[in-house]
Amino acid sequence: MHGEVDNTYDDPAHRSPLVVGDHDFTSVTEQVCSIVERRTPRAWYIAMAIAAPLAGMFIALIGYLFTTGVGVWGNNNPNAWAFPIVNFVFWVGIGHAGTLISAILFLFRQKWRTSINRFAEAMTIFAVICAGIFPMIHVGRPWLAYWLMPYPNQREMWPQFRSPLLWDVFAVSTYASVSALFWYIGMVPDLATLRDRAQSRVKQIAYGILALGWNGSSRHWLRFEKAYLLLAALATPLVLSVHSVVSFDFATSQLPGWHTTIFPPYFVAGAVFGGFAMVMLLAIPARQFFGLKDFITMRHLDNMAKIMLATGSIVAYAYMIEFFTAWYSGHAFEQFVFMNRPLGPFAWAFWIMFTCNVIIPQLFWFKKCRSNLWVLLLVALCINIGMWFERFVIVITSLHRDFLPSSWGSFSPTWVDMGMLVGSFGLFFTLFLLFCRFLPMVAMAELKSVMPQAHAHAHHDEEQPKTTEKANRDATADAKPQAAGGDA
Amino acid sequence: MSESSPKPHAAPRGELYGLLGEFEEVTAVVAAAKVFRDEGFTEWDVHSPFPIHGIDKAMGAKPTILPWLVLIGGVLGLIAGIVLSWWTNAVNYPYLISGKPQWSFAANVPVIFETTVLFAAFTAGLGMLVLNKLPLLYHPLFKSRRFRRVTSDRFFIVIEAHDPKFDLARVKDLLKASGAKGIEEIFEDL
Repeated sequence: MHGEVDNTYDDPAHRSPLVVGDHDFTSVTEQVCSIVERRTPRAWYIAMAIAAPLAGMFIALIGYLFTTGVGVWGNNNPNAWAFPIVNFVFWVGIGHAGTLISAILFLFRQKWRTSINRFAEAMTIFAVICAGIFPMIHVGRPWLAYWLMPYPNQREMWPQFRSPLLWDVFAVSTYASVSALFWYIGMVPDLATLRDRAQSRVKQIAYGILALGWNGSSRHWLRFEKAYLLLAALATPLVLSVHSVVSFDFATSQLPGWHTTIFPPYFVAGAVFGGFAMVMLLAIPARQFFGLKDFITMRHLDNMAKIMLATGSIVAYAYMIEFFTAWYSGHAFEQFVFMNRPLGPFAWAFWIMFTCNVIIPQLFWFKKCRSNLWVLLLVALCINIGMWFERFVIVITSLHRDFLPSSWGSFSPTWVDMGMLVGSFGLFFTLFLLFCRFLPMVAMAELKSVMPQAHAHAHHDEEQPKTTEKANRDATADAKPQAAGGDA
Repeated sequence: MSESSPKPHAAPRGELYGLLGEFEEVTAVVAAAKVFRDEGFTEWDVHSPFPIHGIDKAMGAKPTILPWLVLIGGVLGLIAGIVLSWWTNAVNYPYLISGKPQWSFAANVPVIFETTVLFAAFTAGLGMLVLNKLPLLYHPLFKSRRFRRVTSDRFFIVIEAHDPKFDLARVKDLLKASGAKGIEEIFEDL
């Protein structure tokens, strides 16, 4: 579409190129570094002018909450968790796609991940920052949030290690720190590229410090690759554990609608589903505005749409099996909660969720839809909305009517609730815009290593190591046709 | 070939650090690495903008001990998690919750798992930096303008002067014979 190279074909005899257009190592460096090096585009200022005030509003509202009390929220007695926890679960979930792309797809040798992994990982970190704020400000006395940490103290008390809420503290903080480490370690060689190209003294020093003196030594690369592989192998079970632990917050309680064993896999699939939708929302504008169409190709978007279709189907299955379990349990309260979801006072939320997460993503079965940028954007937007409502449905519809009708209640958010939700998006996009402007958005070193020119031609150099001059000339000659890259 | 061989310096700029050869193609640098490996050099390295597949064999580089360090880190994290949750909740400050046992392993698994991953991951990340002797904010190679392209699109072989087999003329010849597009002497002048 739009005259772009179509590399979305599926021909098992012919591997489709991961980088389209006529690129060599030099042009990859130029293209990616120019995003950071050239003058700040006007669109960036416009986006920042929207995002930064919202982030400021978020911080101001947190200040208002601290000085006034949790009464500024719509939280009430049956709905003690409400918006802060809905937002927490939503943002933690968004982060999962980044780690899935960077770790799980790496272990499965899905090389197409290389052009999207850097900013997907950045997205993970910023989403986890947004996520971490909500439970922290929800604890009631947020200035004592550090009590969650196990450290010797004058109260002579320790945290309760058998509580899922404490598991959450460990899971989310480990996830945040390991993701940040993974992201930074992977970025060091690219920061060195920016250091070596920097013109101003300030940039030379700043990128120089961040690059840690990386000089591309092959002995360093060998350890680097090993460390990267190990980090990927460690991040994989970690990412599966994080949303499982988040789901334990619900599943280990006695509440109908929460007390269910399907939650861990259902939450993880939902997180990947929603996270990929967010990657899509960020990737499509990024490739248009920053000229990354050759690296983030239509095939990348096509693959992401397929992953969303797969994980979305798992989510749809989970929605339906929850109803079956409620019916089959013969448990009156469980059955009531599940009838209350599509038919009760919050039926609108349930049907928004169901439409956005189950019905609309079915468009991705059609290749026409997967290769239309507008359809991709709109469906991704719907999935994000749907996934936020999924958490709303889980939290609110289960809490607002439990066992005794005398303890039932309702819930409506206040302006502070809404402001904080919008503000958290402001914070997320502010951080993301800063990242786009100052850090390498595409993993250059990794991208170069999956280009056809990156591979030595063994048949030449094994035979005649002494006459390398000739071997080199031959290799150059037959590397050239491949270097064109656009064999689609 | 010799279009960029080093000009004689008016005054020596300190001790010779080594000799640098520049290559434009992966195939050429891998072939050249095999030459230096077979010649028995030890203090030398290949510098490249991305990890070259198979360079470890071409250089005769030994595998890293990093995985073993990560295993140790992980085991330490596992022990730390077990001791932390057991000592705090069953010994130092016993909680009695619903008459459940004070030390029930299953309920402590999530925290133990997280500490295991945390310790192992930081051993992998920081261990890699320590083994690579990074951060290193100065290196004689950084003075070479030519070498700045190592993080973009050029490949280099650097033979250090303190290699027992180092002989300036011979190394220069070897680099030329293996197709180096540019050869430069690197000095450390701190």
